[in-house]
Amino acid sequence: MTADRLDVPGLGVSADTEWEIVVGLEVHAELATQTKLFSASSNRFGGEPNTHIDSVSLGLPGSLPVVNQKAVELAIRVGLALNCTVGPSVFARKNYFYPDMPKGYQISQYDQPINTNGWLELPGGKRIGIERAHLEEDTGKTTHIGGSGRIHEAGYSLVDYNRAGVPLIEIVGRPELRSAQEARQYVAELRAILVAVRASDGKMEEGSLRVDCNVSVRPMGSEALGTRCEIKNVNSLRSMGRAIDYEARRQIELLMSGELVAQQTRHWNEDDGCTHALRSKEEDYDYRYFPEPDLLPLDPDPEWVEEIRQRLPALPRDRRLELAKAAPSVDVDHIALVVERSMDTLTLVAIDEGGAPERVMTHVVHNLAEGSGELTAGALAEMVQMEEAGELTATQAKKVLSTLVDGGGSPRQVAQTLGFEAIQSSELASIVDGLIAQYSDEWSRYCAGETKLTGFFVGQVMKATQGRADGKVVTQLLHSRLEP
Amino acid sequence: MIQPFGTATDIAAAVRSGQISASFVVDQHLGQIAQLEDEICAFNIVTVEQARSRANEIDAQIAAGEDPGPLAGVPVALKDNLCTRGIPTTCSSRILEGWKPPYDATVVELLHQAGAVIIGKTNMDEFAMGSSTENSAFRPTRNPHNLSRVPGGSSGGSAAAVAAGFTPIALGSDTGGSIRQPAALCGVVGVKPTYGRVSRYGLVAFASSLDQIGPFTKTVADAALVTDVIARPDGRDSTSISEPAQSTARVLHEGVAGLRVGVVAELCGEGIDSDVAARLQEAVAALEEAGAQIGQASVPAAIYGLSAYYLIAPAEASSNLARYDGVRYGLRVAANSSPAMNIATRSAGFGEEVKRRIMLGTYALSAGYYDAYYGKAQKVRTLIIQDFAQAWEEFDLLLSPTSPTTAFLLGERTADPMAMYMSDVCTVPVNLTGQTAMSVPYGCGDDGLPVGVQIMAPALGEPVMFRAAAVLEASL
Amino acid sequence: MAVRWLVAMGQKRITKHDCAHVAALARLQLTDKELERFSVQLGELLDHVAEVESLDIADLAPTMHPFELFTPMRLDEPGEVLDSEEVLSQAPHFENGQFRVPPVLGEAL
Ligand SMILES: [Mg+2]
Ligand SMILES: [Zn+2]
Repeated sequence: MTADRLDVPGLGVSADTEWEIVVGLEVHAELATQTKLFSASSNRFGGEPNTHIDSVSLGLPGSLPVVNQKAVELAIRVGLALNCTVGPSVFARKNYFYPDMPKGYQISQYDQPINTNGWLELPGGKRIGIERAHLEEDTGKTTHIGGSGRIHEAGYSLVDYNRAGVPLIEIVGRPELRSAQEARQYVAELRAILVAVRASDGKMEEGSLRVDCNVSVRPMGSEALGTRCEIKNVNSLRSMGRAIDYEARRQIELLMSGELVAQQTRHWNEDDGCTHALRSKEEDYDYRYFPEPDLLPLDPDPEWVEEIRQRLPALPRDRRLELAKAAPSVDVDHIALVVERSMDTLTLVAIDEGGAPERVMTHVVHNLAEGSGELTAGALAEMVQMEEAGELTATQAKKVLSTLVDGGGSPRQVAQTLGFEAIQSSELASIVDGLIAQYSDEWSRYCAGETKLTGFFVGQVMKATQGRADGKVVTQLLHSRLEP
Repeated sequence: MIQPFGTATDIAAAVRSGQISASFVVDQHLGQIAQLEDEICAFNIVTVEQARSRANEIDAQIAAGEDPGPLAGVPVALKDNLCTRGIPTTCSSRILEGWKPPYDATVVELLHQAGAVIIGKTNMDEFAMGSSTENSAFRPTRNPHNLSRVPGGSSGGSAAAVAAGFTPIALGSDTGGSIRQPAALCGVVGVKPTYGRVSRYGLVAFASSLDQIGPFTKTVADAALVTDVIARPDGRDSTSISEPAQSTARVLHEGVAGLRVGVVAELCGEGIDSDVAARLQEAVAALEEAGAQIGQASVPAAIYGLSAYYLIAPAEASSNLARYDGVRYGLRVAANSSPAMNIATRSAGFGEEVKRRIMLGTYALSAGYYDAYYGKAQKVRTLIIQDFAQAWEEFDLLLSPTSPTTAFLLGERTADPMAMYMSDVCTVPVNLTGQTAMSVPYGCGDDGLPVGVQIMAPALGEPVMFRAAAVLEASL
Repeated sequence: MAVRWLVAMGQKRITKHDCAHVAALARLQLTDKELERFSVQLGELLDHVAEVESLDIADLAPTMHPFELFTPMRLDEPGEVLDSEEVLSQAPHFENGQFRVPPVLGEAL
């Protein structure tokens, strides 16, 4: 990757050296097609073993690949969303043996990938370079059976080719991430983009999004890259963060004790929280890449690419910016969360229709975590307006909201059905006045400046109204009764 | 009464008109096979039962007033690297012994649709690697003209089957000359269509960017008939040419008057036996006699064809043959780990020539050597294409011998791979360029064995190539 | 031309060690005799193909495929699927609808 590495042990390293973590991620995402990349059997998760198979995905003699147009379109969408150059590309064979690799080679893209040179922006504004995003086929699945658990001792393996040939996009990021936190943000953002352009379902737990982490460390301020290790088998954002932190600490400890970091592929073990060496560089495969002779170059028509660009849905970054403009005083994390949950359109329309931005956002973030169901933006806006007008308390609003989510309808009607009729302000005022008379001692102390008694009076009002009063309005009433 | 061993054209006409039955035709050919196959060894399997029941189907169609198609009732033998559903397809290799494909190759479907009757799978050099059919894992095929001679290869079984009268039509595959060279050595017509003209779907790959399927027949008209049936666009092969093919049969009798025909100097000099060269000169004279303008053509880079070929073909083959790992089909040799099982299976299942080419190809692609070998060979390929392009500005057709020699003795070249590779020197360039070429029998050598003349045409030049072939055939 | 091909240059390009490495990449086990023979034969062949080294072709584009065309694409529509039983019946060893193989080495514990 780079010419000068920090391979001299102890070079410029002392006990108080500050270290920088350097992370580059390779993300494989399954593309949401109906059929495989090069053949017509189903790309569906699950199913009985070896039922989504055809001559190509089994690598039968005489079978030939034919490119799935939808997979190409999805790859182009991803490329455009990642600000890549989309261009002519060449499929290549990556040759290696493994039981779940039916042809003895994987059809991938090598020196001419479909998408090159893009970038992705983290929520904080930092841009991370994307080296390439290419198309390739998935392998089958090997399951180890029996034995003592130590693979070379006993037992055997079973191979299922249902996944063989499923279209993947491999997105190779540049090593520009500087912490586990940034790596998590990067993957979260990438996933949001993949989902937004409907290229992939982005489910890390089901394996439709897989992340390999290249981790190295270097003394703060150093320009050269350290020797990196590639970590496989991180199955969630949380375990990815843990794996990166563990691996960086491991490398720093090695370097501090005067040892070298060996370039390795390492496996993250969720149970013991450690990475373990899989194979070292010397054992690396010689993949003998060469252009796939069964396929011709892929040259997407520029007009087609333009058409795809025109139809591209709004991307998370733009959607966040728009939402932040509509709700300027709202926390960036909440903005990001709403976009990630794809509730930004609902939120924007509700604000547009007169709902106070902060209240709308509060409900969307805290009370609609399970989704918006039957709730319309108009209903959300109206409900927030009722709340603002003191016609609903916060507690009541929450109940109205969950009814609207389940069954839809108008908030005013729902409030009525639930018996949340607004207390007339004259009625509330007389209740407050009655309580002031009843608790004259407490009222004198309150007037003398014992403000914590606000709670006492609000509580009494709530008791008297069975919770139908708005605490804020009550507080205002109490204030208005203070001696000038 | 039509004689049973007529041409495919005659048989189809007789069957379609109800003069003879398909069953009769099939039985006659099975009878011939029964008589001579023990000596010739053209087949890996003769599908007697399937052929008879298929012939009955054709006869039923005729009886019902339906037309089974242009190859009605005509027996066809298939090289054993063409997939046939439920019928073993071995590539004459131990590693695929007993494998029954779950599908038919596109050409097999097309032959079926045209009314043909598959009568068996023919012997070949293992995975089509060879020029004598001696690399079959099962047994060598012998030349029907002289049993001590090879039939050529790798489609030697198909060539011998046609020459021996076992079948009027056989299909083979041509990666570096594997149809044309055995056709020449067995005295039959053999065609390598333009790359992409015939679908490769269901052809077990040797070198994907060079492989093409084509026919063996006794006459040029039969070759045209079969070519017209199998040369179809196919969505299952991404390298298939999407435009429909021009008919070759329809233009057969248009002659060569005014055509510019060049003799390729680089393929006619040193290394070509004098009797072979003499037959070529007679063929040239015959074309001239028929009105063609004859000239001396030069394709300087053609002499580098073998070098490029012996890097490109093994490289692609090394990858194409990686799937034979003992996991999903074919042979498995037991071992206590998966990699050990792969190694044991492949070491026992592949013959020496296949191993040699896998080694060569793996080496040519391996880290540090790609540019020097595979990469350079691809550039030589470009150079050869450019040189041919120049020649096509001056000529409509090019001529050369098909093989430098007539059929050689069994065992004569087996110990020396380099000598064997030389057999393809005239045929290989056209595979690298993708152009079409065919071999037409043209008399005999001093040893009384057949000599073939190679006619080469630009891509999609099959019609004009067949016109010249018809003139040569008629001039004999 | 034949002479050009047949003249050996006698330079040994492949050692037995190289040969064993290539065999390992290709998952082949060669006997000592085969290694010996192949290293000589492959060396000879590479000597012969070295004739192309004299060609001035550095500026030429490589040809991957005889005709400069672009790959066709198929619609994303389900098509022919193979019957699991028919396919497994051809397998050397199968179990519960899956292909059975000896344990795989060199992977994670
Ligand atoms: Mg990768
Ligand atoms: Zn990948």
